[in-house]
Amino acid sequence: MNADTTSVSLEELVQASGLSEAELRDLVGYGALVPREPAATHWTFSSHSTLTVRTAGRLRSDLDLDLYAVSVCLRYLDRIEALEQQLRHLQAQLPALSGAR
Amino acid sequence: MQYKDYYQTLGLARDASADDIKKAYRKLARQHHPDVSGEAASGEKFKEIGEAYATLKDPEKRAAYDALGQQPAGQEFRPPPGWNYGGARAAPEGDGFDAHAFEDLDLADLFAQMGAARGGGFRARPDQPVAGEDFDTPIAVSLEDAFQGTTLHLDLSVPEPDAQGRMRHVTRTLEVRVPPGTVEGQKLRLRGRGGKGHHGGRDGDVYLHVTLKPHPLFRASGHDLYLDLPLAPWEAVLGTEVEIPAPGGALLLTVPPGTRAGRKLRLAKRGLPRAGGVAGDILAVVQIDVPPHPREREKELMAELAKVSSFNPRAHFAKETAR
Repeated sequence: MNADTTSVSLEELVQASGLSEAELRDLVGYGALVPREPAATHWTFSSHSTLTVRTAGRLRSDLDLDLYAVSVCLRYLDRIEALEQQLRHLQAQLPALSGAR
Repeated sequence: MQYKDYYQTLGLARDASADDIKKAYRKLARQHHPDVSGEAASGEKFKEIGEAYATLKDPEKRAAYDALGQQPAGQEFRPPPGWNYGGARAAPEGDGFDAHAFEDLDLADLFAQMGAARGGGFRARPDQPVAGEDFDTPIAVSLEDAFQGTTLHLDLSVPEPDAQGRMRHVTRTLEVRVPPGTVEGQKLRLRGRGGKGHHGGRDGDVYLHVTLKPHPLFRASGHDLYLDLPLAPWEAVLGTEVEIPAPGGALLLTVPPGTRAGRKLRLAKRGLPRAGGVAGDILAVVQIDVPPHPREREKELMAELAKVSSFNPRAHFAKETAR
């Protein structure tokens, strides 16, 4: 899933998320979900979008959030993931405690 | 069947109002939802909370649950004779009440069955496709396995209908291929390996959330691997060659003369491989170490060096003082 060269259709995202097509279109409208070519008639998405819409589906059904709140949460989750990645990168460069050797 | 105290799970009295139930659920969900709390991918605690809420928020299911009577949590029990609510009964296809049919049933499956029977599921609209359940599960992979790839065997508890159409949790062992170059935080999707779909509904997927087990020498950052490289002061000055026990086999690293502490020496493309791309690097971060218990001769040589050398590692201090 990291290479992210495969594409998924809107229909596949509906199946993966439990959200309706209209709800996914709303997420695209809020910028939380980005089609590969927004102007195309049939949208396709990166395979990473599957993870995004699954999270969206969980937030919607488990926490009873409206889609705009979901899109705001997704933005926060993206930022947390980026920060965690940065933290791992910095931690990897820190020398291990001298006692550990 | 094991009794679960849904009221206790949500921290509620048995006469709690619908509003109390919703509030208690929201408070706990905010705390324990795996996307919010960052708890393990499986979110076991949240599953319990969600299961309790799914039953108690629905007046019919709640009435059916209350009619089971109160038992200590975890106690084996059978529903009282005549207990038969909606689709939640012992044998959906039979006529009689069969208390034995509850023996290995999960309470959650029982109420899910009730919902399906009532709300447009299996029985009300038998042709409607129902997708199989997706599963999320964490896997911890060693650095060596992440480098070479490996095959893991995972036990997954999956609800499946038995011959009589009753939902049962069965343990399925999945053989999972972890590809070479798997990194921390990666999600592996196993299409169609989750719960079985019904009536043409797709089979569920399994999502594996990868963590790398800590390694005694290497620390991973994406595909790059960091390593502390302690050098003796004379090795740093004169240069040397060091054998690095890399995950892909031992490698020889050349330390150039005059290597300072903190310098990162790169072994390009020797880190974790990347599918269809360039492998990460190994970065050896230099530390200058000193002999903890130098012998007399070593001390003499150091003293001689101190006398002979004009090196001042703190020359920049003097510049600051002169300002």
